[in-house]
Parts: sequence; C-alpha cells; structure tokens
Amino acid sequence: MASKTQNAQLDAKKVLKAVEDQFTTLQILNEEGEVVNEAAMPDLSDEQLQELMRRMVYTRILDQRSISLNRQGRLGFYAPTAGQEASQLASQFALEKEDFILPGYRDVPPIVWHGLPLYQAFLWSRGHLAGGQIPDGVNVAIPQIIIGAQYVQTAGVALGFKKRGIKAVALTYTGDGGTSQGDFYEGMNFAGAYNAPAIFIAQNNRFAISTPVEKQTAAKTLAQKAVAAGIAGIQVDGMDPLAVYAAVRDARERAINGEGPTFIETLTYRYGPHTMAGDDPTRYRTAELDNEWEKKDPLVRFRKFLEKKGLWNEEKENEVIEQAKEEIKDALKQADAAPKQKVTDLMNITYTDMPDSLKEQYEIYSAKESK
Amino acid sequence: MAQMTMIQAITDAMRVELKNDPNVLVFGEDVGVNGGVFRATEGLQNEFGEDRVFDTPLAESGIGGLAVGLALQGFRPVPEIQFFGFVYEVMDSISGQAARLRFRTGGKFSAPITFRSPFGGGVHTPDMHADSLEGLMAQQPGVKVVIPSTPYDAKGLLISSIRDNDPVIFLEHMKLYRSFRQEVPEGEYTIPLGKADVKREGTDISIVTYGAMVHESLKAAEELAKEGFSAEVIDLRTVSPIDIETIIASVEKTGRAIVVQEAQKQAGIAANVVAEINDRAILSLDAPVLRVAAPDTIYPFPQAEAAWLPNYKDVIETAKKVLTF
Repeated sequence: MASKTQNAQLDAKKVLKAVEDQFTTLQILNEEGEVVNEAAMPDLSDEQLQELMRRMVYTRILDQRSISLNRQGRLGFYAPTAGQEASQLASQFALEKEDFILPGYRDVPPIVWHGLPLYQAFLWSRGHLAGGQIPDGVNVAIPQIIIGAQYVQTAGVALGFKKRGIKAVALTYTGDGGTSQGDFYEGMNFAGAYNAPAIFIAQNNRFAISTPVEKQTAAKTLAQKAVAAGIAGIQVDGMDPLAVYAAVRDARERAINGEGPTFIETLTYRYGPHTMAGDDPTRYRTAELDNEWEKKDPLVRFRKFLEKKGLWNEEKENEVIEQAKEEIKDALKQADAAPKQKVTDLMNITYTDMPDSLKEQYEIYSAKESK
Repeated sequence: MAQMTMIQAITDAMRVELKNDPNVLVFGEDVGVNGGVFRATEGLQNEFGEDRVFDTPLAESGIGGLAVGLALQGFRPVPEIQFFGFVYEVMDSISGQAARLRFRTGGKFSAPITFRSPFGGGVHTPDMHADSLEGLMAQQPGVKVVIPSTPYDAKGLLISSIRDNDPVIFLEHMKLYRSFRQEVPEGEYTIPLGKADVKREGTDISIVTYGAMVHESLKAAEELAKEGFSAEVIDLRTVSPIDIETIIASVEKTGRAIVVQEAQKQAGIAANVVAEINDRAILSLDAPVLRVAAPDTIYPFPQAEAAWLPNYKDVIETAKKVLTF
C-alpha cells in the first residue's frame, strides 16, 4: 500500500492548456464588416461574393416563410435556420457539385443550394415519399433525424470516393449536442484511420434544444475533439461567411490531395426555437444573449462589407427578396400538386420485391383506397 | 383527488418517488431547466435540485450506460429517452447490459432502472419519433415493458416500475399525454406490473389491446353494443410479461377474441397473445383469433399517418369477422 503521495506524473492543467491554446477562432470579417485578417481572405470574385450574399438573403426569407407555413399547417417538420446562414451556406459554397453533403435535420438549405429542388424539401418536411427521391446528379443525403448518425456515414461516403479514385469530398453537419454522440467520434476516427476525404462540421449554436454547450462537454472548444481522432481541427467564427468559406475550401483542398479529413467548429447561433414543435427558447436563453448574438449577424456584416465595395445595395437586396418569395410560392404549388400519399405507395417501396405477406396486405389497402 | 392528464400523472409519480427514496435519480436530455420536451419533468429540478434531476449530454447510449453504472452504485435511475425511436442508440445498454446484469452476477445484482420514453403515432412527428417498438423490447428476457393507457394507470404503474428491482421500459403514448383528464389520487398508490385490466366487461368477444388502441377498442365496443354485440376490452398495461390468466379467463367466457395493436403486424405483442390463447384455450374458441395491426411498412411520417394507423373502424370490422365466423 502506498502511503506517500508520489510526485505527479502528469501536469493535467498544462496538458489541457496546450491543447486549448491551439484552437483560436478564425475570423476574417468582424461584426462591422471590416476585414481583420487579410492573409486569410479567400480567392472569390465579385460575382461569387454577390452570389453568396444573394443566397444568404434568400435563405433568411425561406426561413421566415417556412415558419409561417408551418404555423398555417402547410409545412410539416421544420427546424429554423436564421442566424446560421454563414455556417450553412458558405460551407456549401466552398464545395463543388461532385462533393457529397450529409445534412442533419436543420441543414435543409445547404442541400437545396447543392441541388435538391425546393419543392422536394417541402415534400420531405410534409413526410411525402417524393421528397426523398433525390434527382440523379444531386449529391446529397436526406436530412438525418438521429443525431450524429450522418457522421459515421460520411466516413463511408468519403472512403467510397477514395476507393473509386474520385477527387471529391464528403461533408457533414451536426450541432454542438451532436458532438456528444458516440457516432461523432466513430465517424471522425474512421475517416482518420482510412485517410478518407471528409469534412466534419459542428455548428456550435450553443444550445442542444435547452442544454448549453458548457453542460455538453468539459472541452473548452469543440474543435479540439479532432485531436483525439488524429485529424486536423479548426474553430471558425460561424457568423463570418468568409471565414467559414476559407476554412472549408482549405479543408477540401487538403482532403482531395490525400491529406485527410478535417473537423471544423463554427461558432454560431439559432435565433429561433429548436423546431416548430413547441420549443420555447425563453425557458433556457436570456434576451441579453439573443441580442448579443444578433449583433454578430452574418447578413448584416456581409452586407456592410459588400456595400463598401460597391457590390450590394438596397435595390439588389429587394430584388432577391422578391425572387425568393416568388420561387417559394412556386415550389409550394409544385409540392401541393404531388399526389396524396397512400399506404400502398409505402408498401411498394418497402422492399425491392414485395414479399407475399405484404402483397396480401396490399390487396386489402388497395381496395380501401379505391373506395 | 385531482383531475390530471396522463403527463401530469407521470410527473406526479416521479415526484412521489423522488420524495420517497433518496436513491431515485431523474435524468436525460432537456429534463432539467426545460422540464423535458413534453414537460414530463416540469418543476422537478426546482423542487429536488440538480443533484437529483439533471440534464445529460446528448447521447442516448451515454444515458443508458450512466444508468447501469449508477444502478451498480445502488441508485434507482429513471432516465428519459427523449423519443423511443432513438432507442436503437441505447439498445446495448438496455438489452445487452441492464437486462443481463442478474444473469452475469448469478442473480446477485440487478439493475432497478426505469427507462421512460414517449412513443406512438397520430401526432405528426418526423421520422423515428412515432414507431411502436415494444415488440422489439419484449423479445428481451430480463426487462419488463409497461404501456399505460390512462392517467390513473400511468401514475400507479410508473411508481411500481420505479420500485421494481429489475429494468422496466415505460412507454408513454404521445397522443394520450393530454388527450383527456381523469381523477388521480394524491400521494402514492401502486398498480402491479404484469396485471391486465378489464376496461369494459362483455360476453361475446374479448378485445385484447394496450396503449392508445385501448381507446379505439372501447369506441369500437360501444358501436358493437349498438348492434347487439357485447365486447370485453382488456388493457394489457404490461406487454412483457403478459397477464395470461386474465386473457384466458376472458376468452373462456366469450369464446372469441381479437388482439389490437398500433405496431406493424409482423412479429410483435399481438402475435404472442394469439399464440398464448391457442396454446391454452383453443378448445374454448368458436372462431380463429384475429389481429388488428398497422401494415408491414416503415412508419409513415405524417402524410399517410391517418390511413396507416389502425382505428376503431378496423376493430369493428375484424371483430365482426370473428363474431360472425
């Protein structure tokens, strides 16, 4: 039995601090829209900068419309996105069409900008089978409901690219809560072990429904979780579209050059409730915190930046808003035109070949439906 | 006595047991400050402190493992799985670990854990939120599976589940959370696990069911009465182990039976009930025992939900087939 305390073999504080010190926040545009990190400025043309702004304005309108459509009962499940535009859209903007996105359920905008028709996103929200019939050539998965499950699948998609010799990456999103799931670690570890071209994003919007990130983990940053998987990790200002773009573009570059996966933590905020199904953020967030984050708004700072460059004005913004409203209306009309979902439709897609036991049930429901 | 919804009765049961036994701990995703996504734990953290009622990081397998570990430390954990569709993430902790603790320790240790979780269809949830997975759980020896259909039953059954020395999966049908109120006694009372309840007496046919389908079956029984058929409705309340005695006594009286479940037809609780009746009472039967169940597809969120879920009309239709056999 040891009775004397031995000299400490591990200076725990020092070890942890050394890890934390590696993860400072990458920012390029500050809240005033000023460039604070010229060296990190991504190589984007004026047209590309305008297009990124257009998408953020458009998506803010889409969020507002989706919330009101949900309240009217015209849309089903919906997880609001306002506040996370830079995190969601600048990351997708850094990809190429051949790259593959595996979203969580809040990440509908990135897959829409990656090619999923908006009316299908609406149908998915309503639980219509046609919503999931992803068109050929659109490289996205259907939004994942099980938190973290998409992370492990991302390792698989990325390994597939590697095995087939395709120069493309798999990119996935989860939230701060998602980083607690086993799947989160497994996904990054597998991708690291196979040196697969994957990009893992954790959008740290500070709350997993009601649970603050401080209660989620003892880690000071989420970015440092990459260390244990032996992959690169970076924390970026998730309200800064240029920082998000630069980090993802760089990660993509390295991934397709065979330099392995990257984990990116984006510091962001969701202005709205967790979902439209009865969540009340006033139970767990203060108005002060909401205000503090709304000052960091990605649209505000990017607008200031572009206005100073003469690339944006009110007229342009209004044009985008009108276009968004029109296109949303059209997409809704298209979604409404989809045939009503029947139980026999479900039976038809349950297996490749319908088993006899199901054929018997098919006859019964088919008779009911034709009444 | 107070009028309570089922969710209020569930909260009240946890309050009673948190007061009764210092080893009872309530934890899960958003159960603290937020009071749970359905408010099942509303006010409990305030009343009993963060030591007894606390939020966990977002990981179902973590929650299950934590519960098993705390059980090894002599606690009586009442973890919440936010939606039962997430059970696949915690299957190992339940079926691979908690259910086998007695087996592994030669009967010396047990895992007195009550896994509470909302489930069930008809409330327009997204994918993985509404599935009826009780059949999957009932296949695991070592765990009990309880499904209340009324506020009164919910409180008494939950107190019994928490006090039970073995792991219990306590499934709360979302549609029943606030659908009606009922007189619920203050303070403690228990309803034994493994005992069914005859919710309506009858002489012509036995309708064996549980959960939200109890109410569809009662509605069907009322309609059948108008046509001169007397239906007995048995609420299993515990779907594993099932109360064979009550079922058989009823079938011996009526000579006819159907089993009604919200889950898909393949495998499941209803198939087990039919088999038990055939094993034990086949000579009392005047007709085959039929099932009412959902079709064998993935649960359709929420577009085809109404057509997919069994309802009282399906119960009447199947009951008549048996009654007129």
